[in-house]
Amino acid sequence: MHRFANPTQFMRIANAIYPWVAGVAILCFLFGLPIALITSPADYQQGNTVRILYLHVPAAVLAEMIYYAMAAGSAAYLIWRHPMANLVAKASAPMGAMFTALCLICGMLWGEPMWGTFWVWDARLTSTLIMFFFYLGYLALGDAFEDPERGDRASAILALVGVVNVPIIKFSVNWWNTLHQPASLSLTKSNMSGDMLLPLFLMMGAYAAFYVTVLIIRVRSELLAAKIRNARMSQIAAMPQMAE
Amino acid sequence: MTRKSRRLYFVLLGLLGLGAGLALVLTAFNDNIVFFFSPTEVAAKHPKPDQRLRVGGLVVDGSVQKNGTEVVFTVTDMSNVLPIKYVGILPDLFREGQGIIAEGHMGPDGIFAANEVLAKHDEKYMPKEVADALKKSGRWQEGSNAKHPAPENAQR
Repeated sequence: MHRFANPTQFMRIANAIYPWVAGVAILCFLFGLPIALITSPADYQQGNTVRILYLHVPAAVLAEMIYYAMAAGSAAYLIWRHPMANLVAKASAPMGAMFTALCLICGMLWGEPMWGTFWVWDARLTSTLIMFFFYLGYLALGDAFEDPERGDRASAILALVGVVNVPIIKFSVNWWNTLHQPASLSLTKSNMSGDMLLPLFLMMGAYAAFYVTVLIIRVRSELLAAKIRNARMSQIAAMPQMAE
Repeated sequence: MTRKSRRLYFVLLGLLGLGAGLALVLTAFNDNIVFFFSPTEVAAKHPKPDQRLRVGGLVVDGSVQKNGTEVVFTVTDMSNVLPIKYVGILPDLFREGQGIIAEGHMGPDGIFAANEVLAKHDEKYMPKEVADALKKSGRWQEGSNAKHPAPENAQR
């Protein structure tokens, strides 16, 4: 685990998988989107509205997975002071916020024609909105301190506080009665027909590969920015008149 | 104990405490978190006429009567029934056998007066042909909810 803490090692692995994940993302979008939006069958109950599922469900899954990744990175940063773990957490947060927003927006547009309302305060919708606020809070808090390290520590703690909410999102539909229906998919059974599962999995693959691709880009540019900062600092230190 | 392991235990204990506290809060507020009550729960609660609440259940087959814009129907949780009246536009998914949620208050006549009706849909997705084939072969569970009455909800 500790060899990933070395930025050079991390970037060597990241750069090696980068073209592959980028390729997978492009391919999955290229095949997944037309199947999801055009050729996959309409639902017996919901008709073509069911196609929102292929955008909404993967966004929800990714939003939760990215939160776990962000929390794990934050924990590793707080406990072992791994700067790379913190970088991964920080680079993940905007992606998670974006996927949560996508999930919420698609869900609202889906709820209006099917349920008859854009929004209700049931346990599933409310807990998802809370996760969105945790993402936004994480992003805001990290930049709210003069000392970047204090900001990193504060936002890492916030990420850990918010992680208890994520299983609540998942199980809210089982623990309480909600307007939102329970999960269609689990490891052991599926309540979806096969020709609907294919576009769903393609879109999940596309979203996940897109996340990893952007994560690598963000971490890479963060590392470069840190290098530039360090170079500037040593330049300034080298200037005799500034040294005083 | 090194500082690292101290921090590790601190984080783990913090998460444990937070989780336990949250579990207590959620259990205590259970009645406020549930989105709707079943007809059985409504019967047990005897809500006051000015108390707004939501009831959910399956629309009983053959119970829907429309007079102009007013709709009267009955919902069930498979053990109790509750008549509901509603004036307004029903969601597209509203039909007999479908799970619905109505928000309003109990009328003095024992009929639930709804201001809003929302349709629930289940977690099953399939093309129309598959649904038709299932119906033909007799493996169809009507309302898809009826056999597993609105799965998690009816048990409550």
